[in-house]
Amino acid sequence: MPDTTTPTGTSRPVIRVEDVKKVYTMGTNKVYALRGVSLTVLPGEMIAVMGSSGSGKSTLMNVLGCLDVPTEGRYVLDGTRVDGLSKNQLADLRNQKLGFVFQGFNLLPRTSALDNVELPLLYDRAGRWKNTKELAAEALRRVGLGERLDHHPSELSGGQQQRVAIARALVTQPTLLLADEPTGNLDSRTTLEVMALFQELNDQGITILLVTHEPEVAHYAKRIVEVRDGRILRDHPVENRRRAAADLREHDAEDAAVEEAA
Amino acid sequence: MKKGRLLKIASQSILKNKMRTLLTMLGIVIGVGAVIIMVAVGHGASSQIEKQINSLGTNLLIVTPGSFSLSGARQGAGSFNRLEVEDYEKLKREATLLAGVSPVIETRTQVIANGTNWRTNINGVSTDYALIRDWQTTSGAFFGENDVRASRKVALLGRTVADNLFPGVDPVGSMVQIGHVPFTVIGVLAPKGQNAGGRDDDDVILMPYTTAQTRVSGWTRLNQILASTYSTEAIPAATREISAIMREAHRLNPSGSQDDFTVRNQTELAAAATSTTSVMTGLLAAIASISLIVGGIGIMNIMLVSVTERTREIGIRMAIGARGSDVLTQFLVESIVMSVLGGVIGLAVGYGGAALLGHLTGWAIATPASAVVLAVGFSAAVGIFFGYYPARKAAALNPIQALRYE
Repeated sequence: MPDTTTPTGTSRPVIRVEDVKKVYTMGTNKVYALRGVSLTVLPGEMIAVMGSSGSGKSTLMNVLGCLDVPTEGRYVLDGTRVDGLSKNQLADLRNQKLGFVFQGFNLLPRTSALDNVELPLLYDRAGRWKNTKELAAEALRRVGLGERLDHHPSELSGGQQQRVAIARALVTQPTLLLADEPTGNLDSRTTLEVMALFQELNDQGITILLVTHEPEVAHYAKRIVEVRDGRILRDHPVENRRRAAADLREHDAEDAAVEEAA
Repeated sequence: MKKGRLLKIASQSILKNKMRTLLTMLGIVIGVGAVIIMVAVGHGASSQIEKQINSLGTNLLIVTPGSFSLSGARQGAGSFNRLEVEDYEKLKREATLLAGVSPVIETRTQVIANGTNWRTNINGVSTDYALIRDWQTTSGAFFGENDVRASRKVALLGRTVADNLFPGVDPVGSMVQIGHVPFTVIGVLAPKGQNAGGRDDDDVILMPYTTAQTRVSGWTRLNQILASTYSTEAIPAATREISAIMREAHRLNPSGSQDDFTVRNQTELAAAATSTTSVMTGLLAAIASISLIVGGIGIMNIMLVSVTERTREIGIRMAIGARGSDVLTQFLVESIVMSVLGGVIGLAVGYGGAALLGHLTGWAIATPASAVVLAVGFSAAVGIFFGYYPARKAAALNPIQALRYE
């Protein structure tokens, strides 16, 4: 395992995957989506999983996100053995330990930002959350949308919608934030904004795993895992890690220069 | 997930599609409304009939001539009238369970009085008739035993007859010519209204049966004998007693021959009438509940559309931790809220519609409280029954595929 730059390197891993395989049977054909993947993620890491389409990165994401169970192998999420759990147990695990951010934002339409963010709190079976509205508002303030609590998704820009989605992922204080192509639908400036937010959250100690096929996005992570043909091809820390906030300032300066020239 | 929150989530998504929800609910509204109106009309009709049957008199027993067989061919009711005044007198003398007995001789003739005329029913009866039929007079008084014994030419006019012959005047003391015989009017009967058969009970003249026999009809046979008991409970025993006395009077072989008369009572008549109307009510309600089922199918249709349309939403909910049962309950609650809300509105519409119908047509309307419970219960059942399949479909979705759904 490559060493990580986290100060808490000795603590319990957030993810421990050992030789996980996923086989889909379609009629008589067997499709090997994952052919034995092993991966350990420690608290405070920010990992980018890269790969072309068909590489198995989506399947890996689904398994890590407890949306799917592996055919073979062990998966331990924050000390809980995931493989072999029932559908209901998986649902509870997703609610308690994971936060999802999707490419298409996946907010409920015609539902206010506040209600969208509140939703995962309402599905908590342990009844951990009391003043759910307040917690949701706090999460939205944390992503810089404190002024837009009552806005509906259709009234928000793509970047703002993605921030609502991030707030929704954060509100349950998950052990791991999973982002599936979070910048796939965003322009370059909004991409920088969202990556700056991810980096900021990671600096605050939140473990983030994001799936992307854009190398420039991956370089904001601390570690890159490259997947091809259902196997991990390369797993290496990022050298010369870029800060999205700095790039954003640079981007804005360039824009201003172009405007002046014109 | 708490129940209050589920209800909140369900009502949120119902409110998001106001027009669709309204149209879906309309099916249930019409269904429940129709059931309420139909039950109200049916119930009103049967209570009306019950009232009319009671107006005939309480604890009434009717002895009518029976049938006889001619070489095995049965001749039908009334084919062999052997009811005689002697039968009445024997009953009057020997029966112990009867409050009153009266013969009835019916005839129909022209009546002339006050410069005008009217054709009406003439009933020759005894003094007990007033008691048996529970019939008061509005002016004057009923005839007495002396009038019967002396065959006096005295008459009591029914309300309709009085109104036609003596409009606006109290006819007591006036003369009327019945057939060709002059009679003195001694009283006017209180109005009874229509009887269960739809005939006007007030279009009648009562007189002593002795007078009717000798002066008006000219025959001695009785059309029927009316009797009443002291209580409803005594009716079966009184029926047996009358039968026994009548068989003795007609010298019928105790073991062999059939009765040549029939004893009927009001409870049979009432039971027949109410069972007819309750069949009608049931029929109407059954037809109306078809529209309730159609409304339920409408809900199922919309819920199926809704599940397909909201596949992505279901995927999102599952991804953030909703269990299959949470999704199932959410959709089930949605359909139940819709159908119960529709049921409550339908209840109001049904009540309003029934009242309006009663006002416009003059029909008797009665909505029993049980209809309310039934309608709301039924609409909730419709919501559960027709909402379950779409809800289960939603709960069975695979979160990965649901999230990818476009």
